[in-house]
Amino acid sequence: MFQLIAPFFQDLYERTGLNFIVFYDHYEYERFLSGISVSLQLIFWSIVLSLVIGVLGAWAQGARSPVLRVLMDAYIQAFRNTPPMIQLLFFYFALGTFTPQVDMGGYYQPLISSFMWAVISLSIFGGAFNIEIFRSGMEAVPESTKEAAESLCMTKWQTYLHVILPLAFRISLPALTNNLVSLAKTTSLAYVISVPEMTYTLNQVWSDNVNVPEMMLLLFLFYVLVVSLLAAGLHFIERRLSLPGYGQ
Amino acid sequence: MSLQINSNAREAGPQASWSPDMPIISLRDVHKSFGAVEVLKGVSFDVRKGEVVCIIGPSGSGKSTLIRCINGLNNIQKGSIKVEGQEVNDPKLDLLALRRKVGIVFQQYNLFPHKTALQNVMMAPVLVLKEPRREVEERARALIAKVRLEGKEDAYPGQLSGGQQQRVAIARSLAMRPDIMLFDEVTAALDPETVKEVLLTIRELAAEGMTCILVTHEMGFAREVADHVYFTDRGVIVEHGPPDQFFTKAKDPRTRQFLSQVL
Repeated sequence: MFQLIAPFFQDLYERTGLNFIVFYDHYEYERFLSGISVSLQLIFWSIVLSLVIGVLGAWAQGARSPVLRVLMDAYIQAFRNTPPMIQLLFFYFALGTFTPQVDMGGYYQPLISSFMWAVISLSIFGGAFNIEIFRSGMEAVPESTKEAAESLCMTKWQTYLHVILPLAFRISLPALTNNLVSLAKTTSLAYVISVPEMTYTLNQVWSDNVNVPEMMLLLFLFYVLVVSLLAAGLHFIERRLSLPGYGQ
Repeated sequence: MSLQINSNAREAGPQASWSPDMPIISLRDVHKSFGAVEVLKGVSFDVRKGEVVCIIGPSGSGKSTLIRCINGLNNIQKGSIKVEGQEVNDPKLDLLALRRKVGIVFQQYNLFPHKTALQNVMMAPVLVLKEPRREVEERARALIAKVRLEGKEDAYPGQLSGGQQQRVAIARSLAMRPDIMLFDEVTAALDPETVKEVLLTIRELAAEGMTCILVTHEMGFAREVADHVYFTDRGVIVEHGPPDQFFTKAKDPRTRQFLSQVL
């Protein structure tokens, strides 16, 4: 791949001065690929964990224990109402200070890397929204449907797993798509705790090579591509899960 | 029946004090309120095994609440409801065990919209009774055939008419092998043509000896299948009797007025 495109971009640079160095310089190319990889991993894990938090949180919100409900409300208030950048900084610099350091053979590294802090922080941020989205979905499942499950002797947990969740998920999907798209974009903020994802990597590249407009363009296109693929995937799921004759 | 004098009767379980020749359902002075509104004001009646009982009466008279109390979907404030000798109002009651005996079919069918007809019928036996899937599927297919819906096994509720959905709902309840079936205005949301299909299914069930309690506005049907008809108004049973007597020789003026309006 690199061999294939490098001559073209080398030529482009020499002729026009447009410096897409990540496509013809091998060192920068590797850096670019690793940026993509870190960004995609960050997006993937943040989404997965935020969904887990969303499902468990929505369950906890409907729990009988008032303590659990108050905790959930407090969590949602705290993380929905603060900027995600502040959350990242808080997790990394405030909580990160208290986490143990690991001996790496001569030098010390924090047990929780900046990447892991970013995943934790972003999924907690996205999860707060997911809880609300799932809750609204669960509230939209008719009481009578839950009653039918109850009258068939299904336990609360069975009803949740086999009736409420599948229906609530379908109802929530459009709102969920919005939030996950937003979360995917927010991963670029991991920049502030120096997670070497796309934004951070390209920032390094343009600092080294003074080709800000070109790299900015690339960064822009990267997010357009990744996020539209994500949205398309979610729309695909939405269509696949749509039920004949339901909700029309 | 010998008198129950064993002091260990409680430990022996409520089943021990019940035998099939006793009323399968027994209500005594049942009171139920929603907030300040008293919906049931002292209802008492017995249903014997295999009996078909129809409850009729104007809207808001507590009919639906009454049968919902029988399988514990609504709790009662005062009185006693016994199903096969087991007290429904007992806080220690195993609700699941009760509901296994008492199936209920609702006015709005309440099928699971994300499951096909077959899956709807199979779900509870597989999840709750933990029966092998293959066995359950066989029974579910037979039940769907019984309610005359062969070929609709893989249709989603949204693809079925109201009457078809209601019959799936009946099959779904029957799949749990209940001893008693409760029907809560099951034809009220249907058009006249599909009402027939549903009533036919219920009629067959009654003929097979299933104990049925129906809340219904289908007077002709009540007259034909019921062994006993109860008329409720404002939370009390105003009049009751075998259908022939009830529909022709009602004594209470309120019943007569109601019947003259609906017949």
